[in-house]
Amino acid sequence: MAREVLTGNHFVNGDWACAEGAVSAGCRFYAAYPITPATEIAERLAQRFPSLGGKFVQFEDEIGAMASVLGASFSGLKAMTATSGPGISLMLENLGLAVMTEAPCVVVNVMRGGPSTGQPTGGAQGDVMQCRWGMHGDVEIIALAPSSVQEMYDLTVEAFNLSEAFRVPVFLLSDANIGHMYEKLVIPEVDELRIVDRKKPMVPPKDYRPYEADESMVPPMASFGDGYRFYSTGLTHNEMGYPDTSAEAQDRLVRRLSDKIRRNADRITRVDRMMVDDCDVLVVAYGITARSAATAVKQAREQGLKAGLLRLVTLWPFPDKVLEELAGRVKGVVVAEMNYGQLVREVERAVRPVPVRFLPKLGENPHSPAEILEAVRRMAP
Amino acid sequence: MTQQMDHLLSEYLRMDRLPHIWCAGCGLGIILHSYVEALKETGLDLDKVVTVSGIGCAGRASGYVNTDAFHTTHGRALPFATGISVSRPDLKTAVISGDGDLFAIGGNHLIHAARRNVDMLVICSNNFNYGMTGAQFGPTTPPRTRTPTSPYGSVENPFNLVALVASAGATMVSRWTVFHVYQLRNAIKKGLTRKGFSFIEVISPCTTGFGRLNRQSPLDMMRQLRDNSRVRKVHPTEALIDPFGEIILGDFVEVERPTYNEALAALKGEADE
Repeated sequence: MAREVLTGNHFVNGDWACAEGAVSAGCRFYAAYPITPATEIAERLAQRFPSLGGKFVQFEDEIGAMASVLGASFSGLKAMTATSGPGISLMLENLGLAVMTEAPCVVVNVMRGGPSTGQPTGGAQGDVMQCRWGMHGDVEIIALAPSSVQEMYDLTVEAFNLSEAFRVPVFLLSDANIGHMYEKLVIPEVDELRIVDRKKPMVPPKDYRPYEADESMVPPMASFGDGYRFYSTGLTHNEMGYPDTSAEAQDRLVRRLSDKIRRNADRITRVDRMMVDDCDVLVVAYGITARSAATAVKQAREQGLKAGLLRLVTLWPFPDKVLEELAGRVKGVVVAEMNYGQLVREVERAVRPVPVRFLPKLGENPHSPAEILEAVRRMAP
Repeated sequence: MTQQMDHLLSEYLRMDRLPHIWCAGCGLGIILHSYVEALKETGLDLDKVVTVSGIGCAGRASGYVNTDAFHTTHGRALPFATGISVSRPDLKTAVISGDGDLFAIGGNHLIHAARRNVDMLVICSNNFNYGMTGAQFGPTTPPRTRTPTSPYGSVENPFNLVALVASAGATMVSRWTVFHVYQLRNAIKKGLTRKGFSFIEVISPCTTGFGRLNRQSPLDMMRQLRDNSRVRKVHPTEALIDPFGEIILGDFVEVERPTYNEALAALKGEADE
């Protein structure tokens, strides 16, 4: 039997680190369709899973891959898929089903330039709004944005933990730069890993109501074959899981599905603060962009400019509270992201009326620190 | 206290979900009945059976069966079921869905599940139209049929479902009708107890849609299934089907080849790194 957790130092790319994060988290089902720049995740798991008893299925398309991840999740396995923007476009249908039926699962998007086929090997951060709003209906999901190869591992583990805790699809929003970048990765000892498993029903099958939740708003989850003989549907349903398309059932269900994330936003959201305590200009960035921003903020400080960096680790739920609090103290905000204006809208909303300068970036090359530094200088009082 | 009607099959049905939503004269009740009777006669542990369906009238079938059951998105019953079959080879995975769900929007998944020989039983109710949305033409509708979306007659050619699935690699392929309940139940029993990808097409009247469009009464439709059906031991490509003429029925394919789960279990991974 192969080792599950490859404790030690590695020099690897981000996709490899993501695959190992999945293995460490206990993922034993992976389904995907090959797509650049996420293919290396599939290749690594195809190599790793047979000796671990995990199941790797290469599907005919991303629609099937996502549907099978749900089937595996309801069969009791931790399940993942990885793709890029074009694949997410196809997966959104069954991501909606995952939200509706509360299937824990992890969806990795190694983002590339779009729209459409776009720039297959070029990194981008253009799918930030897609994962939040691409599904029809009112949904709440969780999205994490790794900035390094190490975080591709750490946040993949965290994504599984959050999905198991909240019974919700969790996105890992990486990009081609992080996915293909080689860096040092330290995989911890097994007993240093924090692993969360879904809550199982404690009642006998005759008393099990599959969609009845306590104050946590997350119902305990039976697996197929456990003897609970539950029924689940993508239709609006009642606490028994039975179709009930009444106005009351829709209102009750959609509120709970959303509120289980909204009301726990403080527990879920994570940010990384660098020199923000006394800053005049706050730079907000995430993923690969935060690396250039960190350098720019250090250079600004060397030049006597009071800059700080708020690196968003959680993009969704959006850390409104953190930004609202910082808005009271800063004179201006710079937002840098590799798209033509997406998360900046959320930042503007949260910091209003503080002025926001936006630095878009299209075309695979991340921002240079100099560009961000220049924006900080223009924003400084 | 309300008294629950008792029935020989009540253990196999979600009695609190009945009555079902299907129209009078629809064949889906007979398909559901055949499925649960087959479950009973095979003696399978109901805790170890998962019933999956897609969208449409047939998609509601999974909700009436007293096993673990899941009502997926339109066309995605098979990949969802593949996720179960691969994750839990010890469970029996069965899909009940319609011709539109399995062969139009889900057609790609169907040929690939058959190619992989995934361990599952697929029961396809074929009613020659999209029933739930109001009798529009679909991948099984005969040419020149007038439907709400083909008001001047359909200009498309239909699939022959058994020929398609057999050529894609299914290891059991049968076609019966809701009139042929004994043969249908036997085919389902076989599909529930064998390994590999088993496919059963069941010709089933849509009285409200296809029947009314073609000025056929529910009784006419059932009579046709009796009078126009011929049981033949032929190659699936020769198993012709014409809802207004002859329908060839039979157990066309039953072969053994390694199943997807057997192939996955035989993979030898590397020890480390």
